[in-house]
Amino acid sequence: MPILLRCHRGIGPAVSGTALVAADNFSARYDLDRARGIFSRPSHKLAGESYVDLILVLDGAKGGVATAWMLHDMAARRIVPRALIFNRVNPILAQGAAFAGVALVDRFAGDVTRLLRTGDALRVDPGAGVVEILNRDA
Amino acid sequence: MQLTDEENAILAGEVGEPRRWAIAHQIAVGEFFDAADFVPVSQAHIMADTESLGEAGIRFLERLASVPELERRVRVPAITDPRGIDFTVYRRLGQSAAMAALETRAIAALSAFGVLMTDTCINYQTVMAPLRGEHVAWGDTGSVIYANSVLGARSNFEGGPSALAAALTGRTPRYGYHLDTSRRATRRFRVTSRLRDLCEWGALGGVIGESCGSYWQVPVIEGLAAVPGSDALKHFGAALASFGSVALFHMPGITAEEAAFDRPPPASVSISRADLAAFLARYAAPGDKLDVVVFAAPQLSLFEIAAVADALDGRHVHRDTTVIVATSPEIKHAADRMGLTSRIEAAGAVVAQGICFYQGYAREMAEANGWTRLMTNSAKLVNILGGYGYRSSLASLEQCIDSAVAGRVL
Repeated sequence: MPILLRCHRGIGPAVSGTALVAADNFSARYDLDRARGIFSRPSHKLAGESYVDLILVLDGAKGGVATAWMLHDMAARRIVPRALIFNRVNPILAQGAAFAGVALVDRFAGDVTRLLRTGDALRVDPGAGVVEILNRDA
Repeated sequence: MQLTDEENAILAGEVGEPRRWAIAHQIAVGEFFDAADFVPVSQAHIMADTESLGEAGIRFLERLASVPELERRVRVPAITDPRGIDFTVYRRLGQSAAMAALETRAIAALSAFGVLMTDTCINYQTVMAPLRGEHVAWGDTGSVIYANSVLGARSNFEGGPSALAAALTGRTPRYGYHLDTSRRATRRFRVTSRLRDLCEWGALGGVIGESCGSYWQVPVIEGLAAVPGSDALKHFGAALASFGSVALFHMPGITAEEAAFDRPPPASVSISRADLAAFLARYAAPGDKLDVVVFAAPQLSLFEIAAVADALDGRHVHRDTTVIVATSPEIKHAADRMGLTSRIEAAGAVVAQGICFYQGYAREMAEANGWTRLMTNSAKLVNILGGYGYRSSLASLEQCIDSAVAGRVL
């Protein structure tokens, strides 16, 4: 039986995909090379990793407001994460997800960067406020 | 969210597609943050640089702006954050004609909504500072934290789409820093030394920002030996917002609101001169060849422009180093009129208006000009540029100018 994690009701469509997890924060401007689809900030825990079509699992949002536009452009160019799972986001990530139509959830009972592992097969249902871990049993 | 009859009519599309899109977007965000209803705003501040917009964002604006004027005009005064291109200097900075073409399209689309192209992140110094308790929808983190903290106004970080939405509906979802409950202090810091320079105020913002690390933390800063000036709190707030995503701070006796805690105040964290020195040392690179010196992020006030002019008088920037000074159009005009621009440019520096360095294709500028080593007195800028491939140094304005003249980091 898949593991079920409950969270606050999120934004965007229900999606399935593979997790990329780090206990680090996020800004599309600060951290990404959006042309190559990789984390470009040398000090980021995911430096050098591709984020394209993966479900990003991170701690929180960094400063800056650019992500609100950038997720939309990244989605149009199909070099965007499939979903965003955070412990707690700021308004910019929520606004960016809503504008881009990217799935976003946050506010879990525990630290989601510990509850999920890179490579986990996930189903994210923002409307229900649920994340399922499909490759592990409860 | 509880909607009024007017808001339901907007959502039903009765006043046109732009306002329908706007309120639907705002409801999605508001419900995510459990907003009970909307709050009217007096002004909106829209970040819409073309690097962030991309082709898709510009097409979105053009499509939304293609309806009859009555349906697209903003309902409250709306102004813009810095853009990416200054048409008078972009070639000199290695920016391309294609970037300028995108900029032209974005300006046309935003102007069609009736947005006022102020192109500034220091709108609280140069355009219209809100009053205590005034609800606004501002879209630069440095502007928001200054408005919330120094002025006691009320805003969340409103990204470009949300600030435009607020301008079109005249309201924003009532959550976060529009609520008394979110404005309570959560952390305490005590500064144990006198800060001497704007870059040290930025360093202080960086240290506290890294410690807070969340939009939802509200630090109280105590122990300041004197009242800082507006530029000091500008650099402090911009760095605090950049390093920590923080949107509100309190400085008892200095900022607008009482620093009230919901529960017994936490223990205070001391920040000493050694802490600030350690922060600055992370960016030290003595002797490195210096490619570019940037004074921006936030844009410079008139006083900062005068300080740059004073530091450059009678000197010349090294032939292998570029110096860029970015300010708002209003301050640029004042600097022109007062002879400050000509003094700075006589030394070989570039004075740009209406842009900020990191909002102007910083990665492409680096590639076009062969820039790697950058120096600035802005803690916010060194934080942002790490992901753009720069190696950045943080130092005082005077150290930056001395290094620019020498062509290497001093």
